[in-house]
Amino acid sequence: MITEFGHFALILAFIVAIVQMIVPLVGAQKRWPAWMAIAEPAASAQFLLTAFAFGALMYAFITSDFSLRLVTLNSHSAKPMLYKISGTWGNHEGSMLLWVLIVTLFGAMAAWFGGNLPPTLRARVLAVQSAIAVAFFAFILFTSNPFLRLAVPPFDGQDLNPLLQDPGLAFHPPFLYLGYVGLSMTFSFAVGALIEGRVDAAWGRWVRPWTLAAWVFLTIGIALGSWWAYYELGWGGFWFWDPVENASFMPWLLAAALLHSAIVVEKREALKSWTILLAILAFGFSLIGTFIVRSGLLTSVHAFANDPERGVFILMIMAFFMGGALVLFAFRAGAMEAKGVFSVVSRESALVANNLLLAVSCFVVFVGTMWPLVAEMFFDRKLSVGPPFFNMAFSPFMLVLGLILPIGSAMPWKRAGIMRSLRPLRYVFVLAFAIAGLAYAMQSGRSLLGPIGMFLAAWIVAGTIVDLAQRTGRGSGRWARLMRLPRADWGKMVAHSGLGITMMGVSGLMAWQHEDIRVAQFGEPFDVGGYTLTLNDVVNSEGPNYLSTTGFITLAQNGRVLAELEPEKRIYPVAQMPTTEAAIDYDLARDVYVVIGDQQAGGGWAVRTYIKPLTNWIWIGSALMALGGFLSLSDRRFRVAAGARKTMAVPAE
Amino acid sequence: MKRIAFILMLLASPLWALDPKEMLEDAALEARARAIDHELRCVVCQSESVASSNANWAEDARRTVRELITDGSTDAEIMDFFVARYGEFVLMSPRVSGSNWLLWAAGPLMLLLAAGVGVGYLRGRAGTPAPQEAALSEAEEARLREILKE
Repeated sequence: MITEFGHFALILAFIVAIVQMIVPLVGAQKRWPAWMAIAEPAASAQFLLTAFAFGALMYAFITSDFSLRLVTLNSHSAKPMLYKISGTWGNHEGSMLLWVLIVTLFGAMAAWFGGNLPPTLRARVLAVQSAIAVAFFAFILFTSNPFLRLAVPPFDGQDLNPLLQDPGLAFHPPFLYLGYVGLSMTFSFAVGALIEGRVDAAWGRWVRPWTLAAWVFLTIGIALGSWWAYYELGWGGFWFWDPVENASFMPWLLAAALLHSAIVVEKREALKSWTILLAILAFGFSLIGTFIVRSGLLTSVHAFANDPERGVFILMIMAFFMGGALVLFAFRAGAMEAKGVFSVVSRESALVANNLLLAVSCFVVFVGTMWPLVAEMFFDRKLSVGPPFFNMAFSPFMLVLGLILPIGSAMPWKRAGIMRSLRPLRYVFVLAFAIAGLAYAMQSGRSLLGPIGMFLAAWIVAGTIVDLAQRTGRGSGRWARLMRLPRADWGKMVAHSGLGITMMGVSGLMAWQHEDIRVAQFGEPFDVGGYTLTLNDVVNSEGPNYLSTTGFITLAQNGRVLAELEPEKRIYPVAQMPTTEAAIDYDLARDVYVVIGDQQAGGGWAVRTYIKPLTNWIWIGSALMALGGFLSLSDRRFRVAAGARKTMAVPAE
Repeated sequence: MKRIAFILMLLASPLWALDPKEMLEDAALEARARAIDHELRCVVCQSESVASSNANWAEDARRTVRELITDGSTDAEIMDFFVARYGEFVLMSPRVSGSNWLLWAAGPLMLLLAAGVGVGYLRGRAGTPAPQEAALSEAEEARLREILKE
């Protein structure tokens, strides 16, 4: 019964969304306050109805209601509760429902916290947001309805893909969707402003928190996914340049660019049309991501709905929103004249360079992802584009970005002197160079990758700290002034440092990884990169919904036991799928990563060991980036702009 | 149940990427073989290299790579061997030939183009004499000031 209520609520939400798409837009055009005012309660209602529908679906998963087709296909009664819940979005239909739930959530938040927006802009933004919701409600109801019943319910379900039964992956999609869909809000703001025909500093300030939130969630989602791949896929890769990963990475790059260009709009009233274009494109790439995952157009490990009909539907949604927004942009972009004047050497220019690099690197990822398709369609060549291409074509942009970051962020607005900006950084440069030199001298190979990563990390982290220190001026009271700096400044410092640290982790892992594959005999120690491992025992056991083979390995260094590792491989009988559960000894300097393989005919077990230097810093850096975003988000200026009602206190001036 | 499960386990006995028995004795040759494994795509999998895949096809490919290396083939010859049988698709990074130069040049070309536009824009901004008059009404300016005020 609850399922039917959920289905009904979803249809109601669809109807409310249609109303909210049309009425406020007409109202804003005709300046009818009553029509515009409909947007707010409609946005709330839409969200509550969708939330109810989602709750109903989750209830069906929790209670293992196998009369529901979706539950039968993706769940099993023996599955742990966490994965019954996460199974709600671990499939195509459920994840689309989560997607649209987040669209309506953002719409409702814009309605609740948008009290400060001009009424016409608010009505238009909410109408555009609702139009996006309408498209996806229609998609769900007409092509991927999660509430379909089975005529004859089976006794038990077919289980969720065991690779997805993991805490890291349980929360990866919700964060990723919060990010993807968060960009729908900036899209709505951009289109709203285009219809309005005006972009000013206030618009820049309104749009920044939404972009920032989307970017933070994307960062968390991508980091969770990559961390999951690292420990779950059994050989410790953290990034595969898979089409679906790229699909989440491209919006991240553009959101990062948008974040920076919106600052220029807000502070200097320049780069307006570029910022609008970026906002449109960033959401466009979110839609492309959805399309790639669900159409089966490109082969990917993640693609879970290879249905051409759905693909065509999403393609139509994409064509409508991108086409519409870009046509609107073409007509209105001319009306947005920049006001701020600045010289070629200035923070504005540095941010333009940041945008160039991020946008072009996004373009490189895009071309690389789509090239197999293009080559097959136009040149009749069936080929593939893999990690070696991306590492080579993409990394240089990040290198340059890292190099100019501390310089640009130290520059003042309007007019800067190159030498003036560089002077405080000279010690930072010496420090970074020394660290890189040390890394070069200590490593065994002649690779430059590791030292370059160390250089960039030191350069960026120390550079941003110096930048922050510079803001406190001179003389006494610097510490107090440092503490009083706006949160946004702290956020900038933390997020930029995070980027540097992630670069260090990535290059350290790629340059200095050590791999060992061998047959291990019980009780016979073997050495890998300075560590001694001993296989003590291998035990077969049974988990809630899987069978497991666990190896017991002692990890020691110089006679001192560091850890007891228990690498495991599992078989999920229902899904008929094996998984590896690597045992990892985490350490800030390096991870020791052990995987147990098959029993060998001649006795002993296959064991793979990796020494992975600096790996944890990849995720520490990502966490810092997200933290920096949250710090900025909590800045008082944003809260004021986002609509926390101002008290009517008389300003003390 | 337990017995059935155990039989299933035997049936589905997971192969995993590169087993010790596949490896070459000579460490230098094995290192070469592994580098090649990473450059070859497992054609029956979805975006996995031969090095990381568990599929039977990848296992055969790894064995073939090692046989060819033992027979004295160069890396380029091994690549050609696979391309001749499975097409360019088997290569992880597409060759810079024919239409593919477009792929490799796309980034640098786009950067040049973007840098050109960017520099043009910056020059233009720097050259603009004075800001135009405000397009906002007085009430709106006041509201803007209120919002931007910290």
